[in-house]
Amino acid sequence: MSSSKTASARRLFLAKLGQSAAMAATGGLLWGFMVEQQVHAAHNVIRPPGAEDADGFYAKCIKCGQCVRDCPYDTLRLAPAGMRIPIGTPYFVPREIPCYMCPDIPCKAACPTGALNPKLTKIDDARMGLAVIDMEHCLSWQGLRCEVCYRECPIQGKAIIVKNYPRKLSKHGMFVPVVQAEYCTGCGVCEKACPTEKAAIRVVQPELVEGKIGEHYRLGWKDPGRLTEEFKPYAPPSQRQEGPSGLDYLNREDEL
Amino acid sequence: MELTRRDFLKASIAASTAVTVGIPVGKEAQAAAGEAEAGWQWDKGVCRFCGTGCGIMIATKDGRVVATKGDPDAPVNRGLNCIKGYFNGKILYGKDRLTQPLLRMKNGKFDKKGQFVPVSWERAFDEMAKQFRRAYKEKGPTGVAIFGSGQYTIPEGYTSAKLMKAGFRSNNIDPNARHCMASAVAAFIQTFGIDEPAGNYDDIEYTDTIVVWGANMAEMHPILWARVSDRRLSNDNVRIVNLSTFRNRCSDIADLEIIFKPNTDLAIQNYIAREIVKRDAVNWDFVKKHCVFATGPYDIGYGMRATDKYAFPKEKDTQAKQFRVKLDKYEAIAQRRKPGEIVEQKNAKSAGKHWMITFEDFKKAVEPYTLDFVAELAKGDPDESLEDFKKKLRMLADLYIDPKRKVCSYWTMGFNQHQRGTWVNEQCYMNHLLLGKQCQPGNGAFSLTGQPSACGTAREVGTFAHRLPADMVVFNKKHRDFAEKTWKLPTGYLNPKVGSHITKIMRDLEDGSIKWAWVQVCNPWQDTANANHWIKAAREMDNFIVVSEAYPGISAKVADLVLPTAMIFEKWGLYGNAERRTQAWREQVPPPGEAKGDVWQTMEFAKRFKLKEFWGEQPVPGLKAEGFPDGKLPDVSAQAKAMGYTGEETLFDVLFGTEENKKKYRWPDPVAKGHDNHIAKEYGWFPEKAMWMEYVKFGRGHGHDLADFDVYYRDDVRGLRWPVIQGKDGKWVETLWRFNAKYDPYVKNGDFEFYGPALKKLPSGDLDKVTDPTKKSLAGKAKIFFRPYAAPVEQPDDEYDLWLSTGRVLEHWHSGTMTRRVPELHRAVPAALIYMHPADADKRGLKRNDLARVVSRRGEVLARVETRGRNRPPKGYIFVPWFDESVFINKVTLDATCPISKQEDFKKCAVKVVKA
Amino acid sequence: MSTLESGNGGVRLGPNGRPVRPFVMPKRFTGKLWVWRYTILRRITEIGVLLLFFGTVHWGWTLFGQRILVGNLSASTLLDTVPLADPFATLQILFTGHVLQPEVLLGAAIVLVFYALLGGRVWCAWVCPVALVTDLSSWLRRRFGISPGVSISRSVRYWALGVALVLSTLTGVAAFEWVSPISMFHRELLFGAGLGWMAVAGIFVFDLFVVRDGWCGHLCPLGAFYGVVGEVALLRIRFDAPTCTHCGECAKVCPEPHVLNLKKAAEAGMIRSGECTNCGRCVVVCPEDTLSFDLRFLIRKHNLQSSSAALADSSSTVQAANQGTSS
Repeated sequence: MSSSKTASARRLFLAKLGQSAAMAATGGLLWGFMVEQQVHAAHNVIRPPGAEDADGFYAKCIKCGQCVRDCPYDTLRLAPAGMRIPIGTPYFVPREIPCYMCPDIPCKAACPTGALNPKLTKIDDARMGLAVIDMEHCLSWQGLRCEVCYRECPIQGKAIIVKNYPRKLSKHGMFVPVVQAEYCTGCGVCEKACPTEKAAIRVVQPELVEGKIGEHYRLGWKDPGRLTEEFKPYAPPSQRQEGPSGLDYLNREDEL
Repeated sequence: MELTRRDFLKASIAASTAVTVGIPVGKEAQAAAGEAEAGWQWDKGVCRFCGTGCGIMIATKDGRVVATKGDPDAPVNRGLNCIKGYFNGKILYGKDRLTQPLLRMKNGKFDKKGQFVPVSWERAFDEMAKQFRRAYKEKGPTGVAIFGSGQYTIPEGYTSAKLMKAGFRSNNIDPNARHCMASAVAAFIQTFGIDEPAGNYDDIEYTDTIVVWGANMAEMHPILWARVSDRRLSNDNVRIVNLSTFRNRCSDIADLEIIFKPNTDLAIQNYIAREIVKRDAVNWDFVKKHCVFATGPYDIGYGMRATDKYAFPKEKDTQAKQFRVKLDKYEAIAQRRKPGEIVEQKNAKSAGKHWMITFEDFKKAVEPYTLDFVAELAKGDPDESLEDFKKKLRMLADLYIDPKRKVCSYWTMGFNQHQRGTWVNEQCYMNHLLLGKQCQPGNGAFSLTGQPSACGTAREVGTFAHRLPADMVVFNKKHRDFAEKTWKLPTGYLNPKVGSHITKIMRDLEDGSIKWAWVQVCNPWQDTANANHWIKAAREMDNFIVVSEAYPGISAKVADLVLPTAMIFEKWGLYGNAERRTQAWREQVPPPGEAKGDVWQTMEFAKRFKLKEFWGEQPVPGLKAEGFPDGKLPDVSAQAKAMGYTGEETLFDVLFGTEENKKKYRWPDPVAKGHDNHIAKEYGWFPEKAMWMEYVKFGRGHGHDLADFDVYYRDDVRGLRWPVIQGKDGKWVETLWRFNAKYDPYVKNGDFEFYGPALKKLPSGDLDKVTDPTKKSLAGKAKIFFRPYAAPVEQPDDEYDLWLSTGRVLEHWHSGTMTRRVPELHRAVPAALIYMHPADADKRGLKRNDLARVVSRRGEVLARVETRGRNRPPKGYIFVPWFDESVFINKVTLDATCPISKQEDFKKCAVKVVKA
Repeated sequence: MSTLESGNGGVRLGPNGRPVRPFVMPKRFTGKLWVWRYTILRRITEIGVLLLFFGTVHWGWTLFGQRILVGNLSASTLLDTVPLADPFATLQILFTGHVLQPEVLLGAAIVLVFYALLGGRVWCAWVCPVALVTDLSSWLRRRFGISPGVSISRSVRYWALGVALVLSTLTGVAAFEWVSPISMFHRELLFGAGLGWMAVAGIFVFDLFVVRDGWCGHLCPLGAFYGVVGEVALLRIRFDAPTCTHCGECAKVCPEPHVLNLKKAAEAGMIRSGECTNCGRCVVVCPEDTLSFDLRFLIRKHNLQSSSAALADSSSTVQAANQGTSS
């Protein structure tokens, strides 16, 4: 009797445990989905300096707003809910208030968790984003003498350079601004300054626009590798494929 | 501190990402990445993906190519590459690389209907030699053949040609360059008496007028086109003209685009010539001193079979035109005959003969090519107005004729793959010579090559059925004597009868006159027109096909034996590009598995045969030559014995592994600077170098001088343009403009001298025939040929209502066996498309991306329709690239050739397109 | 005991046999304010903390020249020197596998120790801004007698706690922090309004109509976290068992009534469950003063003292009771 009673109690317990686990799993999946949605809500949020590594930043940011409090230009904001910006994390809108690149990086100094990389010591090393130019609507690219972005750029002559081209349509030279990713911090001063109705130069997250040359290739005129004077014999290459997989193709009886 | 592999990976990924994205990386990460790359070893090399000949550098580590880059010191490309060149390092590492010999077997024995089974090299060579002997015994030297290549390295081409000609006494070796360059070669020889362009790529920077005829340089010579574009962009006076049968990317920067009907380039050239004459713009000083006028027969056929026995029923109407042609309106006017006249093609077998004519005759001949006539004939875009087209033609003539302008004409397959390819090449020289705009910096007609060593190997080495090294030919006794002497062979050993050209090798396989064939560095079953015939021939006739390949392609699939082959950086090699520049590279990495270089394969095969097997009398049907019994090669055993041969020597001993070579070219060699050579290591001597040093003997003193092997491997050398002549100070000096006294040491008399020795004695005649058979010398002169317009043999009709042209795309090389193994290139352009005019698509109920069948009298393929692509054909015209074996377009194409050069015309045949 | 029972027919006896004394506010504290004293204090701390944050950020409040409280409840700096951090958020971040600055770890430790001493869920009752909302819905429920609605297990929050940590590892971000209505509400009160109020409104409606004390008492993983912390807390509700009449008044007001397991409480002499929020509601309503705030290590002593006192006092108490009913 008592054994059957404990057995049914155990069954009940197991059933309850199962139910709870199932609930946790369902909730967990939903929750996980929400979190993923949140984190990837907006790719093109411009974050404070030192937040280059998005994954690390979003993991570490505790959303305390101390960086926001310490930003002297009110550049940084803390994202409220419902703006398709990862909730509670600091961001800024360059067209409204860009980052003025304080040399002491107070936002980074205020960060208690290290979400804003404490190793960032020179503001010129920051990569908040990358300025890109919409050539079709950039006035300079049409031949107008604008180049406001170039002149406003805090790393002028490096992050934005001006190249001269013949205009072809008339006897006037073109002064076209070109962004050099190597130097651009993504501060957004150019975007703020751009005089077109909608900014023709904008700061975006580099990963949205930047490609990558294959590991198998180097640019000949940039790469320092020179002819090797004395070739060191290689160790026999490790296990290479033996037995041709092309055999299947050759033996297949398909019509040519 | 030692980095673990994981640390390294992390560091290098981080560093590379960081550098690209522009994020400053920690010093440690940078150091770690630098340390990893410090193990890389760089060496120079050449890109193998077109005739441009871009220099590259290759980094290797642990026997693997880890990276490449454009060589910043290479004058051709100054560090740049196109997107194929970008992937040089990746072509070695496709997943289905062939690494073992494969033989068709059933029950442990070779069986033509069997399945491929991996075998040892020993077994492979056994079967190969057995089958070779069977064919040779039955058919003699003409019963065997080698498909050669313009992608052979120079030592490879030389080794194979030598084995075939100096070993097997056969001239049946012909390269895929026949499909690519033969018309250019024939025109060079007929016009100048010596092969290859006078100018070089520097012309681009000197000229102010660039006329591109039937060459989509923008895609096929991307880096050269970048130089052309730079020239155009940096100088307002420069003009670029793009003449093509369809709009291609060259038009993007061209000032003038002329879309003409197939074959009417012949008429346009004559229109220009007529304008030159009419405007009295002939440079008489130049022409009188350096040129003669010439012409040849018109009734030369179309290079198709002389019998319809093998033709499919539907093919017969086209094939019949090989014998007689009814002239259409235009052809009649162009050839000064009556429309509707039936012309027997009597000179089909003597298409190359020609004779001198007077300028008066020449003038008479070009007279019918008025602007009105040519414009009406040639206008290729039905949507263009005749007046606009006339205006363009006039502008073209103006550009050529303007005395203030320097003009360079460039062409490739549009001229060469042409039923009158030799003619149209010659016409281009005609206009340049009439104007005296040739052989000077910025002035000249320049034939571009398609393949990386079409010049260096196929042409200079002479892997053609009629050639010996350095422009020598088998039917010239003096040349044979020279070769026999150089190769230490008895007189009469070499075969004087021209062998089968590549299309004929296929035809010979089909009719059973060739029973053994070896494919080296090419994919002839994919690249030869009218492929259904040749597939059937390979699989159903009693023959033995050997294919040396790196990856399984169509030729390997129809083969009986497949030999795994080392690829470019897995062996030593040299290539020669279109501007006569010879460039070299070392073996960088070992071949995978059991794969071996072609030099090794050819030499190993030579070890299977003894001299006495070949020195006896051999049948050569149709052979007729001075000093030879009809239809036979003589028994030369007595002379050979007198030279000290016993007959027991293997061909390897006689031709390659001679005592001299073993002694003189020992391995290891300091030129290797530590690099390996998988062949030399086995032999103990350096076969590539030995072959090179023997080969250069042919050209030196004959206007084909090349430097010593080691010179090309020097760190400060990025290729040298031949003739390369060693001065008294020991310096090797290259030649920039040939035939021009200022640059070419071979010029002995006057400002210019066309010293090429071939075909420099001619009879005289009028426009139709020889009238005075006495041959007069025209030494030092070039010929200005009159060549008429001739209509294409197959033209669109009611059923097959569209023109078809095939060609390449930038992203893929030839038949795609390499580039389609590079995932990125495959992703970029996965399949061949049917480029067609949207109105033509509409008319057939087709939308962009619809599947459609392209059908000709010969076969059909299935592909998707593209109406917005990079190529924009006019109405009535489609373009289908041939790189994609699943769109096997050569089943559709016509195997008509230029009757002089025997080069197939892949640019025109009639097809229909139907919704699939 | 038996003497007490006999002769008291008119007295209502509780379940333990002791007479139940009707709730009479001690004379000296009959003021309404006194009844609400803990509620008022709680509102003061809740709003006060919020105000300190807000004042520092927006009005530049300082003390001795130091900014008072910069940041928010997730992490902050007190007087520009003392770091403070939400230990649960910190734990989640650690679960993502990222290394954190010592500053935030120290801050989390400080907060953790603070709540460990004061009672883990003191956070819930005294600091958490959401309590303002849930207390309102709880009061409305009682005021309008809204039916209990759905019943779910109170252990769900521990599952949520576990899931939060697991998800942090899986998604690579602090999972609860990305959906937490608490920090959302708080941040938006400080840094500007967004749609965070919708989450809080959701909680309000949920608590009001679906589950009584649904969020704080059943779901909130942060509460669960502090519940665990509270297991070792020093500040406790002392339970003076002998004086308890089992009248059940305490359970009626307790947001976590299951913690008032009187049998267990009698054994321990206090409410030992970490889930007790130390809100003090029960202390106020207990007619016998059975429940009171006390420190863990003093409880035993105080209990002994009071039970002897109660024995001595019991007759007079009963008399007083009788007087009350008769008069």
